Order: sequence, then C-alpha cells, then structure tokens
Amino acid sequence: MKFFKNLTIGQYIHKDSIIHQLDPRIKILTTFLIIIVVFLIDKWIGFLIISAYLFIVIILSKVNPKYVLMGIKPLLFIIIFTLLIHFFTTQGEIIYTIWFFTVTKEGVYRGLFIATRLFLLIMSTSWLTLTTSPIALTDGIERLLSIFKIIRIPIPAHEIAMMMTIALRFIPTLMEETEKIMKAQIARGADFESKNIVKRIKNMIPIIIPLFINAFHRADELAIAMEARCYRGGNGRTHYRELSIKTNDRIFFIITFMFIITVFVLKFI
Amino acid sequence: MFIDLKNVSFTYNLSMPFETEVLKSINLSINKGDFIGIIGHTGCGKTTLLQIFNGLLEPTEGKITIDGIDINKEKDKLKEIRKNIGLTFQYPENQLFEETIFKEISFGPKNLGIKDDELEERVKKAMEMVEMDYTTYKDRSPFTLSGGEMRRVAIASILSIDPEVIILDEPTASLDPLNKKSLLKLISKLHLHYNKTIVLVSHNMEVIAELAQRIIVMDKGKIVLDNKPKKIFQNYVEELESIGLSLPQITYIMHKLKKIGKPVDSGILTLEEAKNEILRVTKRI
Amino acid sequence: MITFNNVTHTYHNDKEKDTVSLSNLNINIDNGDFVAVIGANGSGKSTFAKHLNGLLLPSKGDVYVDNYNTKEKEKVWEIRKKVGMVFQNPDNQLVATTVEDDIAFGLENIGMKEQEMRKRVEWALNLVNMTNLKNREPHLLSGGQKQKVVIAGALAMHTSYLVLDEPTSMLDPKGRKEILNTIKKLNQNEKITIIYITHFMSEAAEFNKIFVLDKGKIVLTGSPKNIFMQANILNKLNLELPQITMLARLLSENGLNIPPNIVNEEEMIEKLCLLI
Repeated sequence: MKFFKNLTIGQYIHKDSIIHQLDPRIKILTTFLIIIVVFLIDKWIGFLIISAYLFIVIILSKVNPKYVLMGIKPLLFIIIFTLLIHFFTTQGEIIYTIWFFTVTKEGVYRGLFIATRLFLLIMSTSWLTLTTSPIALTDGIERLLSIFKIIRIPIPAHEIAMMMTIALRFIPTLMEETEKIMKAQIARGADFESKNIVKRIKNMIPIIIPLFINAFHRADELAIAMEARCYRGGNGRTHYRELSIKTNDRIFFIITFMFIITVFVLKFI
Repeated sequence: MFIDLKNVSFTYNLSMPFETEVLKSINLSINKGDFIGIIGHTGCGKTTLLQIFNGLLEPTEGKITIDGIDINKEKDKLKEIRKNIGLTFQYPENQLFEETIFKEISFGPKNLGIKDDELEERVKKAMEMVEMDYTTYKDRSPFTLSGGEMRRVAIASILSIDPEVIILDEPTASLDPLNKKSLLKLISKLHLHYNKTIVLVSHNMEVIAELAQRIIVMDKGKIVLDNKPKKIFQNYVEELESIGLSLPQITYIMHKLKKIGKPVDSGILTLEEAKNEILRVTKRI
Repeated sequence: MITFNNVTHTYHNDKEKDTVSLSNLNINIDNGDFVAVIGANGSGKSTFAKHLNGLLLPSKGDVYVDNYNTKEKEKVWEIRKKVGMVFQNPDNQLVATTVEDDIAFGLENIGMKEQEMRKRVEWALNLVNMTNLKNREPHLLSGGQKQKVVIAGALAMHTSYLVLDEPTSMLDPKGRKEILNTIKKLNQNEKITIIYITHFMSEAAEFNKIFVLDKGKIVLTGSPKNIFMQANILNKLNLELPQITMLARLLSENGLNIPPNIVNEEEMIEKLCLLI
C-alpha cells in the first residue's frame, strides 16, 4: 500500500525549464505536428533533423535523458520485432543466412528505417508527458477540443476534460483499493497465481466485482458532492489555471515549424 | 506459543528510492486463547504487522513461527497456515462479491478444499456465530443488507474457515453505537464461548481497555508497551501520553486525581470499577 | 437563518411501501450557531442534512435559507453558495488532482475570475492551516487533511453555514480532533454557523445546542447539560452517553453529590476533588 502512495500520476518530472513552462496547447500541437512529419519522412536526413530537434528540446527541458529512454522500455519488444520481421521477409540481396532464415541488405535497411521511425515517434510523445503535468495536459486538451465548438462540431470538450481529471485523481485511490481487496481475498485462500489461464480469469471475479461496486459507489457520492458545490456542467465555468500564449510559446512554435519545413524542403531536393 | 515473532523487521520498497522501515525488531508471542489488543496511531505499523501474521507480507528480517512452522522457510505450508489465521481488514464489507450469502461465506472454505457436506456445516456454524439466521439469510444477496449486517457477513466469511486465531483490524470502524455494541459483544463471545484466540487492532482505547487481556502499544514501528491493561493504566500512563494516545475518559480522571495526590487506583478499566473505586475513596462503601 | 417549516419527506419505493424519513420537522438555526444534530441510524439525519442545501426537497412543508425557499429552482445555486457541505467519506468529495485545484472547483463552477479565485483559495487554505500542502495530491493526504480540504472548498465560496454530516466517522482520533478544532475556530473567528451531524455523544457534548432526532422528528432540544439529563430517552433511542456522563449518573444514583449530567473530564475531576 505504501508503494502506491509514492507513485505519482504519470511520468511527469518537475523541473524549472523553459520547456516546462510552455503553454500545454502549444506543446500538444507541436507534438502532433512532429508525429505527422515523422510518419511522412522517407529519407534518413529527415530523421536526423527531427532527432536534432528532439535532442535540443530534451536538453532544454533539463530532464535526465535516461527518463526519456525509459519510455522506450515497454515498447522495445515491438521495435525489435519489427526489425526482425523486415530483416527476414524482405526480398533482395542476401547477406546472411541462419537456419532457413535469410537476411537481406534491403531488409536491414528497411528494418532500421522503420525502427528509427518508431523510436522517434515514442521520443516525441515522451518529452511531452515528461515536461507537462497531468493537469496541464488535461487543460490543454480541453482548450484545444473546445475549438471544435467554434467550427460547429459538437465535441464535449469540458466533459472529456472533467472525466480525465477525475480519472487521474482516482487512479491511485483505486489502485490502493484493488490491493486491499486482493489481500482480503488472499486471506480467504484465493489464488491469483494459477498457471491455468481460464482459472486465472475466473479468479479475478472476487476482485473485479468488489472493485466495480466500490467505484460506482464513489462516483455516486462524488456526484452529490459536486452538485453541492454548484457543479452544473461546463456552461459558464471558468478556469483556475488560465492559459495564455507568451513570447516563448510563439518562438517555440516557429522554431518547430522551421525544423518541419526543412524536412519537407529536403524531401523534394 | 502459537504465534511467535523474533526480531521481525519489515521495510517497504527495499533498496529502492522510497525505502521505508515500517516494523523494527518486533518480538512478540501470542498464545492460544489470548485476547490481545494492539493500539497505535495511523502509521505505527499495526496494519503491516497483521499482514505478517498470515504471510501476506514476508519480514525483511527476523523469523515468524506459527504453530511450530517457520512460515518463510516452508512457503508451501502457507495455505495450511491460512486455515488457522483468519484476518479481516478494515471495512471488510468491501470484499463481498458473491450472489448469495451462502456462496460468500463458503468462498473461504471452498478455496481451502472443503467439500459440499462439510461446507454447509461450516456456513451454518459461521452464521450462528455472527447471530444471523441461516434460513432467512442464506439465499439473499449480500448487497441487500444494511451496513452492520454486511460487516457481519464479511466476518462470518472468515469464521467459516474455522481458524484458531481471528485477527480483526478496526472491526467497529464507522459503526453507529448500536451496531458497535453488538459487534463487540460478538467478538467477546468468540473468545469466551467459542474459545478463539483474538487479536484486535484499534485506535480506540476504550474498546481495547474493555475487552483485551493484554495490550500491545505500537509507535513508529516498535512495540513500546506489552502488558495487562490494568498494569499499563497504573504505571505507564506517561508513556501513552507521550505517544499521543488518549486514555478512556474514566481512566483519565483516575489518573489525574492520583497525580494531584488523591489516594485512588488508576488501573481502572470499566465503569463498574470506576464507580466502586470512587465510592470507596469517598467512604460510601 | 435556516428555517424548517413543517417539513415532511417521504421516500417513494416501487416495491415496498413509502418511507417517511422526516415528519413535520420544525427547526430554526440562527446565524453564528454552533449546533449538533444527533440521532441513531434511520433517524433521518442524513436526509435532514440534504434538505439544508436543496439536494433534497420537502414532500410537504418548506425549508428557508436566509429567506430563500429551497424549492425555488433559480435560487438553489445561491443557496448552495451559502450552505457548504462536508460528507462522511473524505475521499469521495475530492475531485481535482491537487489540493488548491480542488478548493478552486466550486469557484470555477460559479464562473469566478482567475484573480479573485486565487485570493479566495489562499485565504481558505490559510484558515484550515494547509497552505504548505497546496500542491499535494489528494491520495497522499491523511483523512483529517482531506476533510480540511473539503472544508476549505466551502469556505472559499464564502459559505455562511457549514453542514457536516458525520465528518469524522471514518477518521482516526487525531483527524477527529483536527476537524473539531477547525470548526470551533471557524465558528468563533469567522462567525460561520456550524451544523454538525453525528451519532457520537462525546462529540455532541462540545456544541452549544443539541437537537435529538428520532424517526424524522425532533424529540429533544437543549444544551448538552440539559440533554444529558434525559438518559432514559437517549438509551431508548440507542444513543450512548459519554463514559464520563454514565459514571456521573452511577455515582449520583449511589448517593454522591455529583450532578448526573457532567459533560467532560475536567468538570468531573473538579467535582470529585471536593469530595475526596
């Protein structure tokens, strides 16, 4: 239980850097654009430019690069898998044979290219979540989504943001609750380590049902508390944390844009 | 000696950045038939200690023996051990999940391999122990009950395992006076009538003083006092107050009177005793 | 002033018959009062609490908060600004990811400007002594601290009446003391009316006036000293006197010159010193 108490939400690492202080809307937008660009790159030089961009951003953010690399860990398996698929299944000039698998030169080239793309995709979201607190992210997403209101597309921006905030708030609490329920059931002889998959799923019922009931009960009480505090949806609501675009935000956006333009120019040379 | 802890320490997140030593060199023996009260502030380590008792947590140092078995050396015997140590956490009604009360109470024994015939016996006995009528309640959903009833079902679902030792973590938390009284009566009956060994954890001194034969006071992961309630209230009140634990109201006044020089015994546990002592001293008896 | 005028509340159940949880209730609570409402489970206390800010409306009769009738739909939000509420479960009232954001939640709901919000949040944090914890995440707070955040949220709305429905029943002794001390200060220094609902007589003993609720009706009103004289009625209602009061009664029954309605330890010691 103590362990979960120390696990703060998300992988946000607080530092006093220019990057941390940027408006979250700008950060989300630039990340979005960079991701699109990374998908469209078809030359190594493009990757080089984006890598340089990300490198600069990470240095400026004062976050220890090892945390950025830690974001790769869970997806390392997919990257290696992709690499190997391309190595072994691309037609072309054979450079190596192992058993009845053949590795081709084109395969190596393709594999490395796509793996690099994946790597950069992960890096470009990693810096966002490391330098932007969950509150700021939620705020940024809400503001960006409310733009759709202006162009008459009905996206419930406020409701989505409220749901995200409440979810973030309750994740640690519900994790603690899960742990408590598990321990209570283990004390009654429940077994959660069965090797049999079917059994293992069945054994989850004594955790899932109490957890669901608990969560619904909380939601009920929370709704009443919110109503008592004059909550009535998003209309007329203001924000405690006002967002405003400052000079640094504009500069950051322009610089990002310049990097992106460079990639495209080189695409056509 | 049924449960024996020797120099048991426990550290959360050992060798990680948030490492915290929660239990420090605990030495404790619990005998069959004991009624032990454990008291201490939030964070003193009492909940961790309870989980050590039934192997949910393994000490980072020291040894724990239950019924002669060192449970950390013989891990395969853990299931056997859990047949004898029943543990209810705070708000045990949060663990209820079955469709009927019968199924809920039989969950524990079923997991431990008890078969149908004996299963029904166990459930009947457990419900009798918590004073819930078998025929009326067995097919009802546990979720149609009141808070106090749900708690009794949760406790019955531990009793059906038929453990020797019953450990209860804050069993009366959030209960209104009526339900609290009847639950405490029930726990007392488990001890006196059904001969169970009871370990009761609470931060309510009045409850513990009234029921426990032996009080263990914990503070910051250590056992600070381990003695009969009377002895503690006669001789160790300063220690209790320095930890910030408050005495039952009646004990408090006796202690204060003694401090200002009145010839009273401060080892008072019940209202009767308080009344008699005061009447004695004012020469009314 | 809050007035209940012949309030009856009936819960309609489809299968079973209707339950009347408040029955012709009449109560007046003045500005600056420091009152407790006690009753056993099923006495109607939680239903009563929810009528104070319009979360529930009377089936018959009216509830007035500073002359606003809670049935008036347009006035409900004004009423909810005036009447702040603290419920039993500390966790299930906190919405935001940090303490200060949660305190600001109510202010965001009423459309306050950022500048003003910041001032109010600072002020409220100060009143409950939680300024140094303003960036803390809720799950890292103790039970007492969580309830203080909820109280601060109400204070930030400039609430004049603070209703607390069994706020300490899930707290440890330390948390309980914290909350009682906080509301005492708020009543004395900020003149906030406190309406405290509990089934702990030892807590009720600390208030100026007690209303005893049974089956939706008020059966006793008075100061703790007055109420504690009525031990027989209280016992019938399954309410337990504090240990010290029970001792006073026993001693008084045995001929000792001790008033049977002693309310706290200090008083008992004082009286006993005269006799020993």
